[in-house]
Amino acid sequence: MNKIPLIIQREYFSRVKKKSFLLTTFLVPLFFIGMYVGIFYLTKKSFDDSHSVVHVVDQQGTVAGLLKSNKNLTYTTSSIALQKEIENLKNEEEKTNILIVPSDFYESRRVELLSSGKPNITTQNEVKDQLKEIIRNSEYERLGLDGENIKKIDDTIQISAKELGEDGDAKESHTEVAMGIAMALSVLVYLSLFLYGAQVMRGIIEEKTSRIVEVIISSVKPFQLMMGKIIGIGLVGLTQFLLWLVLTFALTSVATTLIFDQQDLSAQAAAQSLQGGNGAAAAQGMDFLNALQSINVTELLVCFFLFFMGGYFLYSALFAAVGSAVDSETEATQFTMPITMPLLLTYILSFGVLVNDPNGTIATWLSFIPFTSPIAMLVRVPFGVPTWQIAVSLVILIAGFLFTTWVAGRIYKTGILMYGKKASFKELIKWFKYKS
Amino acid sequence: MLEIKNIVKQYSNHLALNNVSISVPKGSIFGLLGPNGAGKTSLIRIINQITAPDSGEIFFDGEPLKPRHIERIGYLPEERGLYKKMKIGEQMLYLAQLKGLKKADAVSRIKYWFEKLDMQSWWDKKVEDLSKGMQQKVQFVATVLHEPDLIILDEPFSGFDPVNAQIIQKEILELNQKGATIIYSTHRMESVEELCDYIALINKSEKVLDGSVSAIKRSYKNQTYMIAYKAKPGIDFQATENSLFEIVTHQVLSEEMEMTVRIADETSLNDLLLFLIERIEIHQVREIVPSMHDIFIDKVTQISTPLL
Repeated sequence: MNKIPLIIQREYFSRVKKKSFLLTTFLVPLFFIGMYVGIFYLTKKSFDDSHSVVHVVDQQGTVAGLLKSNKNLTYTTSSIALQKEIENLKNEEEKTNILIVPSDFYESRRVELLSSGKPNITTQNEVKDQLKEIIRNSEYERLGLDGENIKKIDDTIQISAKELGEDGDAKESHTEVAMGIAMALSVLVYLSLFLYGAQVMRGIIEEKTSRIVEVIISSVKPFQLMMGKIIGIGLVGLTQFLLWLVLTFALTSVATTLIFDQQDLSAQAAAQSLQGGNGAAAAQGMDFLNALQSINVTELLVCFFLFFMGGYFLYSALFAAVGSAVDSETEATQFTMPITMPLLLTYILSFGVLVNDPNGTIATWLSFIPFTSPIAMLVRVPFGVPTWQIAVSLVILIAGFLFTTWVAGRIYKTGILMYGKKASFKELIKWFKYKS
Repeated sequence: MLEIKNIVKQYSNHLALNNVSISVPKGSIFGLLGPNGAGKTSLIRIINQITAPDSGEIFFDGEPLKPRHIERIGYLPEERGLYKKMKIGEQMLYLAQLKGLKKADAVSRIKYWFEKLDMQSWWDKKVEDLSKGMQQKVQFVATVLHEPDLIILDEPFSGFDPVNAQIIQKEILELNQKGATIIYSTHRMESVEELCDYIALINKSEKVLDGSVSAIKRSYKNQTYMIAYKAKPGIDFQATENSLFEIVTHQVLSEEMEMTVRIADETSLNDLLLFLIERIEIHQVREIVPSMHDIFIDKVTQISTPLL
């Protein structure tokens, strides 16, 4: 009777039922949502906090009248002497600034801004924008131009960059979005290969140190136990991804509906202070959405699934061999380091060479080598990769994990029964050569 | 039940089993004895098909040993182990199912054993919450749950207090009476005499002795007797020259004296008694039969001096 399903079942449920699994599964999306809400809240708060009072000491004479108070800034024309004003400033509790406009302002274009605290960037920018506007208007007047008409000129330009596909169709290319997705995938795959690979290793070390392994392998073949564990933990990983995906979508949409109104308000506030800013932001948002739609989500998900699973099987088999060879996790480090080197290398490269030149020689080669392809290929996929390359890479990856599983199985079989023996690479090779 | 023929097992730098042949009769309790590192565990692992021998054959109930026989064998390893975080009930169910038991059968048998050994409240407990002795009990039950025809117990009593050891011993005997063949591996000799019908002694990778316990003991008798006596006044029999026996030890107790004598090969106990009766007042005569412990020590240390 084949007992692998039984083993898979135990490995799967004993992990899924654990509190720590539930905790990470539910807390991670909450954490992201929390960050999302937190950033939003902080941004909004900084808007609210940025309200300041600016006392204008206008030595020039005409400028103070042209400055307009708004939501963020309140201008008051100061009538008292500058020295007195500075004295007052020191005792102020609310954010207060003194704007000194010198008499030669139109020529020198210099002003001074004194603040009770650290000078606020928002305030500085607003004052600067308004002063620019004043200068501009005065220049229009001097040159005899109609300022109102000039403002009406619309100089917005949109570039839609398109990529010429093999079939001759031009499709929109969104390099930044592809880069973002590629890097996110790289982080996700790298971390999860490590996370679940280490779980396989830890499980095997646990069985070995608790000695239950001897009872189990008197009932099933060592290889069955190893495969059952690898598949079981792989399924735990997929379950976790699926739950994360569902939860993140659900929570994000809830959060968005709840805070949508406030977001709207702050957007209006931003629009008030930054002329035309709202329009630009909206255009950018639309752009981003378009870009997201241009990425083939189904292809991405399928590739992620296949390459993650392939990479997981390949690496977890190696982790299993390591787990069988050692008596403790600390001892395992000397083996896991060299094994995960290719992974680490690809991970680091993925932020530079791979995203910058996804179809270059290095990227292409790395996406075919089974030890690096789970990351390298996934980094390339958002940029578009010919299907044959994906297929070939997958076949090599499958061959790769069949090979590592075979090697690992042989080491595992001997390793799990070697208690208290310091394993070295030489030893592992010897175990590998033992005949069954 | 089990026929082990010419098993050789070579590890990279030492020979674990050198041409070992053992026959385990059906329905017996078979003692597999030997000092640490003699090769017992290697042999047990081969019987359990955990490892394979380099050469030699094993027959289970007349058929060459095959993976399917695993379900008819129960194995309690010396190094005990259970999943620490798993509930006892689930764990037993898992181990029983791995041995090919159907879930419903497994549940009813676990309940039967839990009741029998007074462990009902343990189902939802985790292994790490149990004492070492309790864990041993769990492991013992897990070993016999699938009602194996052959039960291999490697040091089953280690870690048990005397009360629980007694309970487990009773269970082992009961299982044996119900027809299970038991291989009992140990180096605790006193329990061997109590339990085993047959033994095999392995030392330095080789079988050095096997057979039924009574036959082995008989063959190790060496004409030695203990005699308690009171000397008759005026006779110093020890000074008398004789060719019948030699005195091995002699000690004076408060009421009487005690000596052990070994009689010459062609003499019988009757000859000895005839000789002694005239000279001393005999209170007690007992043949000294070597214990398994003595035989074990003798065989293992390979000292050729006579046993006592």
